[in-house]
Amino acid sequence: MQDATTLKEYRRQLREALDNDFQRQALDKFAVAYRTSRANAFAGIDAPELIAEIAAAKDVAIDHLEELFQEFKRHAEAAGTTVHLAATAHEANEIIARIAKENNVKTIVKSKSMTAEETHLNDHLEAEGLEVTETDLGEWIIQLRHEGPTHMVMPAIHLSRYQVADLFTEVTNKKQDVDIQKLVKVARRELRPKFCQADMGISGANFAIAATGTIGLITNEGNGRLTTTLPRVHVALAGIDKLMPSLHDALRIIRCLPKNATGQAITSYVTWITGAVPCEVGPEGKKVKHVVFLDNGRMAMAKDPEFKQVLRCIRCGACANVCPVYRLVGGHKYGHIYIGAIGLVATYFFHGREAAKNLVQNCLNCGACKAVCAAGIDLPTLIKEVHARIQDEEGHPLYSSVAGQVLKNRSLFHTMLKSARLLQKPVTGGTPYLRHLPMFLFKDQDFRALPAVADEAFRDRWEKIKPHVTNAKLKVALFSGCVQDFVYPEQMEAAVAVIATKEGVAMEYPMGQSCCGLPLMMMGEKKAGRELAAHNMNAIDAQDFDYIVTLCASCASYLKHGYKRLFADDPAMAYKAAQFAHRVIDFSSFVRDVLGITDEAFAGPDKKVTYHAPCHLCRGLGVTEAPRALLGVAGLEYVPAEEEDVCCGFGGTFSVKFPELSKELLTKKINNLKATGATAMATDCPGCIMQIRGGFERDKTPFEVRHVAEYLAERLKRK
Amino acid sequence: MTTPNLVELLTQKASLVSAVVRPVASMDEAMAYVTDVCVGKEACQILASGCDAPLSDTAEALCETKQEKIICAPQMPAEAMETLSGLCAEKGIRLITSGMRSRLGGIDIGLTMAVAGIADTGTVVVRSMSEEVRLASMVAEIHIAVLPASSIVADSYALEPTLVEWMAQPDYTAFVTGPSRTADIERVLALGVHGPLELHILILEDK
Ligand code: SF4
Ligand code: SF4
Repeated sequence: MQDATTLKEYRRQLREALDNDFQRQALDKFAVAYRTSRANAFAGIDAPELIAEIAAAKDVAIDHLEELFQEFKRHAEAAGTTVHLAATAHEANEIIARIAKENNVKTIVKSKSMTAEETHLNDHLEAEGLEVTETDLGEWIIQLRHEGPTHMVMPAIHLSRYQVADLFTEVTNKKQDVDIQKLVKVARRELRPKFCQADMGISGANFAIAATGTIGLITNEGNGRLTTTLPRVHVALAGIDKLMPSLHDALRIIRCLPKNATGQAITSYVTWITGAVPCEVGPEGKKVKHVVFLDNGRMAMAKDPEFKQVLRCIRCGACANVCPVYRLVGGHKYGHIYIGAIGLVATYFFHGREAAKNLVQNCLNCGACKAVCAAGIDLPTLIKEVHARIQDEEGHPLYSSVAGQVLKNRSLFHTMLKSARLLQKPVTGGTPYLRHLPMFLFKDQDFRALPAVADEAFRDRWEKIKPHVTNAKLKVALFSGCVQDFVYPEQMEAAVAVIATKEGVAMEYPMGQSCCGLPLMMMGEKKAGRELAAHNMNAIDAQDFDYIVTLCASCASYLKHGYKRLFADDPAMAYKAAQFAHRVIDFSSFVRDVLGITDEAFAGPDKKVTYHAPCHLCRGLGVTEAPRALLGVAGLEYVPAEEEDVCCGFGGTFSVKFPELSKELLTKKINNLKATGATAMATDCPGCIMQIRGGFERDKTPFEVRHVAEYLAERLKRK
Repeated sequence: MTTPNLVELLTQKASLVSAVVRPVASMDEAMAYVTDVCVGKEACQILASGCDAPLSDTAEALCETKQEKIICAPQMPAEAMETLSGLCAEKGIRLITSGMRSRLGGIDIGLTMAVAGIADTGTVVVRSMSEEVRLASMVAEIHIAVLPASSIVADSYALEPTLVEWMAQPDYTAFVTGPSRTADIERVLALGVHGPLELHILILEDK
């Protein structure tokens, strides 16, 4: 459980987690294996379509939770189940304790339920003098260790067989072998007596089907079946969001959940229980059966247009499986009770602002979670939204409001950047990097060299280099983003040279443009971000252009998707934003798909170039082929690297806030790039270039890191 | 109607999750298979390390409830039971149809009739309103399900109307796909954590 009260304390905890070598290796191995097993499991299935179906069906259910509850209750009660609705976690615990008391229960076996973790059910029941035993192997292990889960599907993934063997030695009072097969069998035998003796079984529910009053449980171990069969009382605790209209909805989710969770086609068991079934030891030979639905803020969330999609979550855990940050620090530090990307969002709603406020800052916005989510939840955006809300509630930190003030005032921001050029002189030592960083300013930033501000910004060069086009067939606005404008103007120049090889393309560089606003979004400065977006849409009148081309993947994806979202509540501006977004295109797609540049334009010796796929290009915009293909068109040999689409650790302000994590991700990236044998790397984002080039510089490895545009420009045939 | 490729598909998918799938021509053949498996199996397979595995005293005590080879076959058709009890008597196997609650230390084989098969996931569907059927398929070391070939459907959607009908009254139905499994320790696959260590599916061919 993440319980730091300050960001500083949280960073200290993260550093500790980074030192846990076993956990890191385990999560790394899993992350790599998961990719393949998920892909295999979905082979021949249209995953995006299935996910869209699930999202749509869940949305319908979320809009009708009250009716579904009534319908479920009617059917379930007709079949002998008592149905409860608990407004809060505490109320749910009390209801269950009361059921235990009324039925003279002493001992309880439990199968896995995240909802019970949410309400801290065990603590409550134990305080009432009841004995509670978790029976899912992973849950039992962490219960014995007095810990919370570190993964929603594999709760004990952070522990080694040695730790488990020691634990079991303690429990059985006999020395245990370090052999996983044996340890599992020992657990089987140790838990059997618990099942025999238990008076009450508590389970979760993956589904609650309104049309029949049925609950559905998906498990692999079979403990869920024993829990719901042996004891005379069965209580299922489920979030009210588990309600769905029909069996069909559940069957659809089963098609996706195990595949997305662990790469299984289906779990070993799917159990459907309707009503009070026969039970030899129950009163009148029947089971005492209760279903407790937990609200705990869910009903309010269902009415929140922004956050209702959180309730689509089917708890597959995939968003943790792919998250580069989770992979480094594990679930105890990447969640409170719910872990991973969904945990960052859910914690705020279920466990409050204090538990969430540090967590939500620890996200790269890399989009890996969104791309894999079984319910199509836009997790990165929601994480930023929670961050913004918390800041609105608690007050904005000084650096963040100052950044908001500066960035939304273009001329102030640009003047500051220009004076930075003068001020940096003492620290560059005549190199393109900031050499002697004033440490109080850039504490812990030394893992990569930071670039210096260029001598002349792109905007100041534009008049000199602007190609003059008579009878234009295509009108293009260039959007540079701050980094390319002020730090890497050569990337923009390269792009201009490449685009100019096609006749009739008129380029404009609208001088009024400013920062795209993504950094503000990352800092939770939503209001300033909106003003900046409006500013840019005025500076570049979309109607004047066929395309708005940008060489920065992050700007491109933010201009395309973020702007529309910012103005969702303002129809006129939303329309304008949609027009604007429609014209935004990334450089590689523009050159390959619109200009249709061919190999005739290029010449020069062959060279091996590897590639880094920027998060905001490959997932944010879904552009994967264009840049790689262009390298080939230009006659370069593209050598694929391992985990090409895993974040380099830049994440904008993330790398400043969490340098230790950024450093680890960068190290991985650099090792993967080196392993290709190439000594040059192309990419489509100046932020990634800043990070990776800076990393190689610190690493003292000669490695060329440049924008795709630069590689193309270098090989252009002179006219 | 079943097409042969549904049988094939189910066989293939079930095998992928370590189920043993065998075609049988008749119930008699199925019963012979069941007794053969029982005779051939180790007395207690639960402990990979054998019976002297280090257990706590309570867990140890439960082991002692199991002293002979036992097949539990609740709610099987009368004819099959006749064959089976003959075979069991011959081979010295104890055959029971009830009382599973007092045998939680484990029994060798739980035999059930599956009501349906789902080809695309290699699943057998066991409808088990009877507590004995439920327990037979959970508590046994080996679960053997007899699955009539004619009841195999292509995917779970095809079974939906039937399931919905069952769910109109109190009901306990399970999709069973392979033996019980866990990967909770270091993500290493281990079979038979709480439920059966093995699942055998006997596909009963249509007459
Ligand atoms: S956006 Fe990336 S870093 Fe953030 S939660 Fe999702 S996967 Fe993790
Ligand atoms: S948010 Fe999506 S990926 Fe994460 S657990 Fe929920 S459904 Fe799965």
